[in-house]
Amino acid sequence: MKKYRNRKNKYQHVPSRYTLFTITVVCVITIFASLTFNISGGPLHTVAGYVFVPMQKGINTVGSFFTTKAKDLQTLREVQKDNKKLKKKVDELNTQINTIKLEKYELENYRKLLDLDAKYPAYDKVAASVVAKDSSNWFSSFTINKGSNDGIKKGMNVIADGGLVGIVTDVGRNYSTVRSIINDLSNVSGMITSTYDNINVSGSLKDMNEKGVITFSELRDNKNQVKNGDSIVTSYVSDQYQQGILIGYVEKVKKDSNNLTKSGTITPAVDFEHLENVLVIKNLKQTGDTGDASQQDKDNKSHDVQNTQTTKNPSENNKGQEQSQGQ
Amino acid sequence: MRRKIILFIIITICFVLQTTLFKALAFANISPNLLLIVISSFGFMRGKREGMFLGACTGLLMDISFGPYIGLYTLIYMYVGYINGMFKKYFYPEDIKLPMLLIGGSDIVLNFILYFLVFLFRGRSDVFYYFKSIIIPEFVYTMLITVFMYYPLLKINEWLEVDEKRRAKKFE
Repeated sequence: MKKYRNRKNKYQHVPSRYTLFTITVVCVITIFASLTFNISGGPLHTVAGYVFVPMQKGINTVGSFFTTKAKDLQTLREVQKDNKKLKKKVDELNTQINTIKLEKYELENYRKLLDLDAKYPAYDKVAASVVAKDSSNWFSSFTINKGSNDGIKKGMNVIADGGLVGIVTDVGRNYSTVRSIINDLSNVSGMITSTYDNINVSGSLKDMNEKGVITFSELRDNKNQVKNGDSIVTSYVSDQYQQGILIGYVEKVKKDSNNLTKSGTITPAVDFEHLENVLVIKNLKQTGDTGDASQQDKDNKSHDVQNTQTTKNPSENNKGQEQSQGQ
Repeated sequence: MRRKIILFIIITICFVLQTTLFKALAFANISPNLLLIVISSFGFMRGKREGMFLGACTGLLMDISFGPYIGLYTLIYMYVGYINGMFKKYFYPEDIKLPMLLIGGSDIVLNFILYFLVFLFRGRSDVFYYFKSIIIPEFVYTMLITVFMYYPLLKINEWLEVDEKRRAKKFE
């Protein structure tokens, strides 16, 4: 026992300054490494996932139990007021649905004409629920309760309410981390559906907090065709996001100081405040051979899966085409 | 060993609460920083070394779960623990002024560094806005929680210290 304590004493004599210095150097290296190579925690993830995710799930179940109880206590009058409001909204949405139906009909006609069907494969999706949110107040990222056990991979797109939520940045066995599009570090290449102009959509903490919007930039619109309310979808030029997922609607457009491009704000299609359930699209964006070489080396396995999916998809699409032609 | 297990349990509870319950209770999208309270408290109660290790471990946990860049939180929280540890000689358990000052100061400095490294470097230059809408609200909320969390943490530490002394006597 004495021997053990002596050793312990000796161990404690390493001045903490040196340890501090060593860890600092290691940290700086990893920060730069993660900036350049886009790495993540690796095996540590799995351990952390097994310890924390079950607890977070438990707390969430308890929390949702209490919130439902609290909601029950809302007075009848409030509910009635809500009811009135909702009825109005239903009418509004019904008219919206009608216009969308019309648009869809139109779109299908155009698609048939342009033979674009092949570009919109039926995505394979997994439902997941949000279990925890970012520990600081700076970054909008969250964890969901599905991981590599359910076939989720880094880079998969996440949607909810029919709109784009974000992208999977890290995967553990039973959970994965999602960076949402409202995160200040997030950039998505989008396209305005009315004019087919490509834009760069970036999250903004400030605009999200103040007005509930995200920003876009680099819009080239000399003829002033882009209006408020135009819908924005993910662009075909994006190497991370599937094409044609709704991002949101144009809220404001203004000319940049360079007089060439325009920028503005977008109201996201998803309610990020009350995000509970999301869908993960299991198809990864196919970047092709000209894509980012380093990522392909890393994701060799997923690339194989992608290849099998590419062989699968055309047959599905052909089926879809046949059906639509049959109609 | 017992201390490590207890600390691990405290950190686990705080991390889980911070990412779930307090996110649901957030006022204006701001939630308190419980982990900072723990790191800072054990820093000035126990000294540089323990503060540093606790900070580094907690930071690593945050890094692998939510960090924008691996190592960033580890680095910042490690220094928070270390610097709080330097104030051990001025610390008296009965006096809550110094703990409040240290925890509050750490929170503001920590968020400023995060803003500086991740936001300012990408051209988000509106310091005043971020100060007003993120840093100050988090500071206030964290201070509020500190009032409730400080005494339990102090008691846990006292209990651990008494226990460790008794065990050390036993071996002599």
